[in-house]
Amino acid sequence: MKQLITGAEALMRSLEAEGVDVLFGYPGGAIMPTYDALYDHRERLHHILVRHEQGAVHAAQGYARVSGRVGVAIATSGPGAMNTVTGIADAMIDSTPLVVICGQVDAAVMGTDAFQEVDVIGVAQPITKWAYQIRRPQDVAWAVSRAFYIARSGRPGPVVLDFAKNAQTGLVDYEPAHVDFIRSYRPVPVPSDDVIRQAADMINHSQRPLVLVGQGVELGEAQAELQQFLELADLPAACTLLGLSALPSAHRLNMGMLGMHGNLAPNVMTNQCDLLIAVGMRFDDRVTGNVQTYARQAKIIHFDIDPSEINKNISVDLAVVGNCKQTLARVTALLHEARHDEWISAFRPLWDKENERVIRPATQPAEGPLLMGEVVSRVSEATNHQAVLVTDVGQNQMFGCRYFRYSQPRSVVTSGGCGTMGFGLPAAIGATFGAPERTVCLFVGDGGLQMTLQEFGTIMEQHSPVKIILLNNNFLGNVRQWQQMFFHRRYSFTPMLNPDYERIASAYGIPSQTVTERSQLDEAIRRMLATPGPYLLQCGVKEEDNVMPMIPLGASVDEMMLEFKD
Amino acid sequence: METKFYTMLIYSENFAGILNQITAVFTRRQVNIESLNVCASSTPGVHKYTITCNCTEEMAKMLTKQIEKKIDVLQAHYFTDDEIFIMEACLIKLSTPVMMRNAEVSRIVRHHDAHMTEVNPTYCIVEKKGRTDDILSLFEELNSKGAVLQFVRSGRIAVTRSTTERLDQYLEEMEKMRK
Repeated sequence: MKQLITGAEALMRSLEAEGVDVLFGYPGGAIMPTYDALYDHRERLHHILVRHEQGAVHAAQGYARVSGRVGVAIATSGPGAMNTVTGIADAMIDSTPLVVICGQVDAAVMGTDAFQEVDVIGVAQPITKWAYQIRRPQDVAWAVSRAFYIARSGRPGPVVLDFAKNAQTGLVDYEPAHVDFIRSYRPVPVPSDDVIRQAADMINHSQRPLVLVGQGVELGEAQAELQQFLELADLPAACTLLGLSALPSAHRLNMGMLGMHGNLAPNVMTNQCDLLIAVGMRFDDRVTGNVQTYARQAKIIHFDIDPSEINKNISVDLAVVGNCKQTLARVTALLHEARHDEWISAFRPLWDKENERVIRPATQPAEGPLLMGEVVSRVSEATNHQAVLVTDVGQNQMFGCRYFRYSQPRSVVTSGGCGTMGFGLPAAIGATFGAPERTVCLFVGDGGLQMTLQEFGTIMEQHSPVKIILLNNNFLGNVRQWQQMFFHRRYSFTPMLNPDYERIASAYGIPSQTVTERSQLDEAIRRMLATPGPYLLQCGVKEEDNVMPMIPLGASVDEMMLEFKD
Repeated sequence: METKFYTMLIYSENFAGILNQITAVFTRRQVNIESLNVCASSTPGVHKYTITCNCTEEMAKMLTKQIEKKIDVLQAHYFTDDEIFIMEACLIKLSTPVMMRNAEVSRIVRHHDAHMTEVNPTYCIVEKKGRTDDILSLFEELNSKGAVLQFVRSGRIAVTRSTTERLDQYLEEMEKMRK
């Protein structure tokens, strides 16, 4: 006999079939049948009630980034769905696998400007890998399976399922679906042996190679293949912001971070190498600086899974389009053992220079106010460089990423391409669910914290062990820095009048402490890490501190400024 | 960089909303679509889009790659005019009284090899197929005589000159991967 179930119940079974165990969401009118079905599945599908739909998506992103699994968020129609948009756009540009399920009005009233009706598919299409409206209960199993397949395969990305109310309440003879093939979609291209041989030849003949490591290495789980590749041919490497933990910071071939606020040596050497080998990165403008002067002297090989990234920003000599877990291993098999001692030692003086003029003053100051760099550096050390770094956006992010050190893969959760302020707090909550065994340290500024501050409520309810390090400089620091450097110090609306964060934390039952003195810092960090559950460590830091070094907008990678004097 | 007139031939699954996704790729990169035609293709369930635009070759490459990246798009390729057979059509509604007064009007119609498909005391309907230039010169000549009531020109349609069918090859190749 047929056993008919509702579309909402079919969604629950489909989510369970996909192995979902955590979802972040917020109920509302058009998604109520789904929440009703969820009530019976709440043991297996652990639902985290966030305090705003934006928080649900950022939390799902944090979960996905540390775990490598698909993050799931649920919201209602109209305003609920619109509040997820920022996180979806963020996940799209940072290639984060998400499935966002939004309620939608009944198909019978679609297009009539019904209550809480918004054209979600129209809004979502340009910022998703796939967006689909489920109008019939019969389509639920297929659409959910297809959504997860698309979200996690190839270059990952967000998928939106717009779930009409009648499809939630309607009955269906449920049969599980398993989509693992779409004829119009080739998630993992496979390059020919000839291309692999050409790549190996170019690397074998290179005297001054430099590898650029991007998040693609983490997404492809190719960290071990990368190390074998680098070590065999003795290739120095530098990481993008999102690729920072793809290679341990302490690895002898890790030359540091690329980009606008990256390290001096790898940026300068980009314009001196004879072969640039980009792996799973997309030549973002924050990495390349002026593209007209970027690595003009070098041959370029680009390893990427997404053919549309090839020659998009930078023209390359050879494209190796595929999953770098396989392509790196195939190329490594053809590499000769090599040494590039002289070339690698040429990075040293630049490192020494940056160390002396920027890093040491930022992380080991002898006097003056507390600095963001030293807080980050002390926290990283206190966690033995084992923690997950989550940042918000701005100076906290740049100092966080520069001075944290990484020993494990998937240890950086930051909003790269989109630069979404307010990302940090909810993403950190998600990270505690994605990596429950690890310490999660969030660095956030006084601006960004207030953008999603309501998620203190989620932390309270879930007792999420987020170690919140608030770098409070009473400014929107990054914009203030640009105003100082490029707008004649006209601090237009960047000074920030702040509330008493400790009292806010206390209202949510989050233990806290404020530090302004260097002498108290280590003890405060120790207490934060020793306290089970969440903790707010507010650091009153120097108000007008600048993230340096810096490639000014429009300058070349080798025109990095070490300091700024007005 | 030199811009050229390109024709893009795009094939997609017959799902709702794909045209939107395709045109958004052009809008985002500030390229104007000159003409657009959408219809079912010779392969069941597959839709064919013929889109023309003026852009650099780099842009044409980027556009087709970004379009092909859409999950339900099967293929997207760009062509110059010498690589394809092309055709457009137009309908022109002429004033019969003007035509009766000026013998030059029907001479123009005949000279351009256009067909008269409807004649009544108020208006005549002329249809013409060909390339853009032929159609525009017919229109402009008729218009200069003050005879045109309405004019409409279709988007370009095109098939490739190639002796191999890339879509069929692609579908065959993909079907082998079906588990």
